[in-house]
Amino acid sequence: MTSTEEQIYRTDALIEENIDDYLNAHQHKTMLRFITCGSVDDGKSTLIGRLLYNSKMIFEDQLKALEADSKRMGTQGAEIDFALLVDGLAAEREQGITIDVAYRFFTTEKRKFIVADTPGHEQYTRNMVAGASTADLAVILVDARKGVLTQTRRHSYLVHMLGIRHIVLAVNKMDLVNYDQAAFDQIVEEFASFARSIGIAGFTAIPISGIVGDNITEPSSNSPWYDGPSLLPHLETVELEVSTDQVQPYRMPVQWVNSPNLDFRGFAGLIASGTVRPGDEIKVLPSGQSSTVARIVSFEGDRDLAVAGESVTITLADGIDCSRGQVITASTTPIEAADQFETTLIWMDETELVPGRAYWLKIGALVVSASFHQPKFEIDVNSQEELAAKTLSLNSIGVSNVTTDREIPFAPYTENKDLGGFVVIDKITNQTVAAGMIHFALRRAQNIHWQATEIGRDHHASMKNQIPTVLWLTGLSGSGKSTIANILERILASMNRHTILLDGDNVRHGLNKDLGFTEADRVENIRRVGEVAKLMTDAGLIVITAFISPFQAERDMVRAMMKPGEFVEIFVDTPLEVAEERDVKGLYSKARSGELKNFTGIDSPYEAPENPELHLDTSKITAEEAAEHIIKKLYP
Amino acid sequence: MTFKTLTHLQRLEAESIHILREVVAETENPVMLYSVGKDSAVMLHLAKKAFHPASPPFPLLHVDTTWKFRDMYELRDRAAKQAGMELIVHQNPDAIRDRINPFDHGSQHTDIWKTEGLKQALNQHRFDAAFGGARRDEEKSRAKERIISFRSAKHRWDPKNQRPELWRLYNTRKAKGESMRVFPISNWAELDVWQYIHLEAIEIVTLYFSAQRPTVERDGMILMVDDERFPLHPDEKPVNRSIRFRTLGCYPLTAAIESTATTLPEVIQEMLLTTTSERQGRAIDHDQTTSMEK
Repeated sequence: MTSTEEQIYRTDALIEENIDDYLNAHQHKTMLRFITCGSVDDGKSTLIGRLLYNSKMIFEDQLKALEADSKRMGTQGAEIDFALLVDGLAAEREQGITIDVAYRFFTTEKRKFIVADTPGHEQYTRNMVAGASTADLAVILVDARKGVLTQTRRHSYLVHMLGIRHIVLAVNKMDLVNYDQAAFDQIVEEFASFARSIGIAGFTAIPISGIVGDNITEPSSNSPWYDGPSLLPHLETVELEVSTDQVQPYRMPVQWVNSPNLDFRGFAGLIASGTVRPGDEIKVLPSGQSSTVARIVSFEGDRDLAVAGESVTITLADGIDCSRGQVITASTTPIEAADQFETTLIWMDETELVPGRAYWLKIGALVVSASFHQPKFEIDVNSQEELAAKTLSLNSIGVSNVTTDREIPFAPYTENKDLGGFVVIDKITNQTVAAGMIHFALRRAQNIHWQATEIGRDHHASMKNQIPTVLWLTGLSGSGKSTIANILERILASMNRHTILLDGDNVRHGLNKDLGFTEADRVENIRRVGEVAKLMTDAGLIVITAFISPFQAERDMVRAMMKPGEFVEIFVDTPLEVAEERDVKGLYSKARSGELKNFTGIDSPYEAPENPELHLDTSKITAEEAAEHIIKKLYP
Repeated sequence: MTFKTLTHLQRLEAESIHILREVVAETENPVMLYSVGKDSAVMLHLAKKAFHPASPPFPLLHVDTTWKFRDMYELRDRAAKQAGMELIVHQNPDAIRDRINPFDHGSQHTDIWKTEGLKQALNQHRFDAAFGGARRDEEKSRAKERIISFRSAKHRWDPKNQRPELWRLYNTRKAKGESMRVFPISNWAELDVWQYIHLEAIEIVTLYFSAQRPTVERDGMILMVDDERFPLHPDEKPVNRSIRFRTLGCYPLTAAIESTATTLPEVIQEMLLTTTSERQGRAIDHDQTTSMEK
């Protein structure tokens, strides 16, 4: 153990002798973000602690506290326990803090480092994915005594999936195998064959000891047979993706349209790839309009070049439409826009994926409504096998197609993380429930055009002399939806209104007879009814629907299909006890006896409407009165 | 083809500007908490860059305790004016009424003026996003903080209910009444902040530089006597010392260090050669307005 005597990895001399030279040197530092993968047992915390210590990120007061802590804990005898510098899992558990990604910082003469430190166990897959998403490099730790484990394979698979191109296999605890070269070689060989099998192009293997400090900052005399780089020098010199990012065509999602006055209209964003200069010809997607870059505007004055990774503001020569969420690209090589994709999804929420349900999808600076199909398969992160799956739950990874409600400009994730990576947001809870990566578009949406019909919906409606409307009755079974709907249709008919009644039971005998009562099937049931209702309104009809439609998300989905004001959500509200007592169809007693599964109100939830246009309490009013209320709402 | 390699400061700057723009684009009524310290100075500078040639499209909010150094008030007003931004100064009326001060009320002083004051100001103006200058490297416990931290309608922080942050994608959706604290310089370390101030020639409070100032020594700490409100003990007499501050809070609570550093490079030099951590000087004054946990 050489802790305190060990050379400090920083040039203190220059700081004292010539601070200006020092500052000048440090202004030209680059930055590397990396993730450490491994569990506490692999010595991950010790390694990170040592990196912080060796780059002198530890002050004297902190060091004193560390020495005292080390003695008290006694884990390393009288020596310093570097792991105490970073919070251990146990401490996090005690404090009740979410086990999470911790970001730590250290700096050397050549680089600033941001370390994403995440726990390695399978139940923290989502945390590791979050940490890996911003990393340029991954350090995969292996215990020299244990070799390549299931966990090692899982970590490697995940970092490769997230597109990290630089991988370091750090074979740790070499001191515990007497710096045996054969042990190291065997681990490297085993890892190499696995890495090849999942498509990892290359990696750097380094034998280290976090506790002793071997091959961390300089070659260790304990392993004379190793002639490769030590860990820190390797991290300092590994080539960044600058050239590959900049050699690609210019792409920039527009984040913010900066127009303080009529004379200035700038488009602000972070350049996702390529370079841009005044005079460059560009295209805006998905609109496809073209123009030329006029200026690159900055606080310090106009610039003649901006590159990938920079946040800039540009102006265009022509006054074309361009708004937040659109992507400005080089005109010679524009990107595609599409509305159906195959994707990899990493589910991050306690509530599982509901195929067919509408979620928010955020990609670049764009938020769209999107629904996922039933997964094609789930991937076993330990064996990398493809398993059949109906849904995805917390920490599971699968491949699923997604449909968005409009075209989005994109690039495959493997080409560009900013244009191919997305997050999925629950529309009700607003939680980020998944991360995803686009593989490819399922069809080129730009080749499919809407057939423009000559007689439009306005024409249909005017012939009928009415405003197309969807009267959406929602409520528990037995609340009186169908009864009210029938009365309502009769009244409207007497008023010469053209209506159509879509009833839950009837639709399930025909259009939706292939659907059951699982959550996913209920979502699909409502989606189809929504589409039918939309066609009916196009024909100018007043559509009355009577469906339990238990989930807010699907009612909102149908609302979003209609023009504003066309969708009238009517909550037919009856206490469960009252509905159950009525039990017209005898379904509640079947559900109570367990004969009927997934029955709303009994073993399947009903989400009451949050802001219905009309709220009718049918335990207090008759069906006729309820219908009158609706008529009054329609024709006040 | 020649490539341009971005330096660490350029990458940090690009990230911070991206965060500022994203939150402004997606929230209704953002505000920037401005404490006049060096981190605030950097954050304000980044905001100016992000929205140039427009002024940053949000106001500055200073949650005032009335006990800041006079130099801080002077710079605060000037900086807001130069940026073309509205400056909102909030002083907790309860604290004014009860004459809360650092000498008689200890840690309550910070809590009532700052923590309560901040909540009042956010509620009063219905701000749904507040930028703060906290950094992850300030304390070990901050290493896990999100860049965007969600608060309930009662400004409660629920550590178990924070959202994962991936790539450059921030989920800013929230229910009515909920708000968020946003930390655009989360990934900056102390040295980065100083280097950036040096490189960009950002004006900071002169108190960061050494000068002869009237001081008294108490409990091993050097305190500056900034105005006549400082209650001197009978045997105390202010002595002029060459001092500066590493961090700035309320003047009677922030300890100075003896120093000869009068230029920015000298200050950085001293910072790099020092052997104690940054926050030590504020042992009795944790700046809670920028704290990620509060």
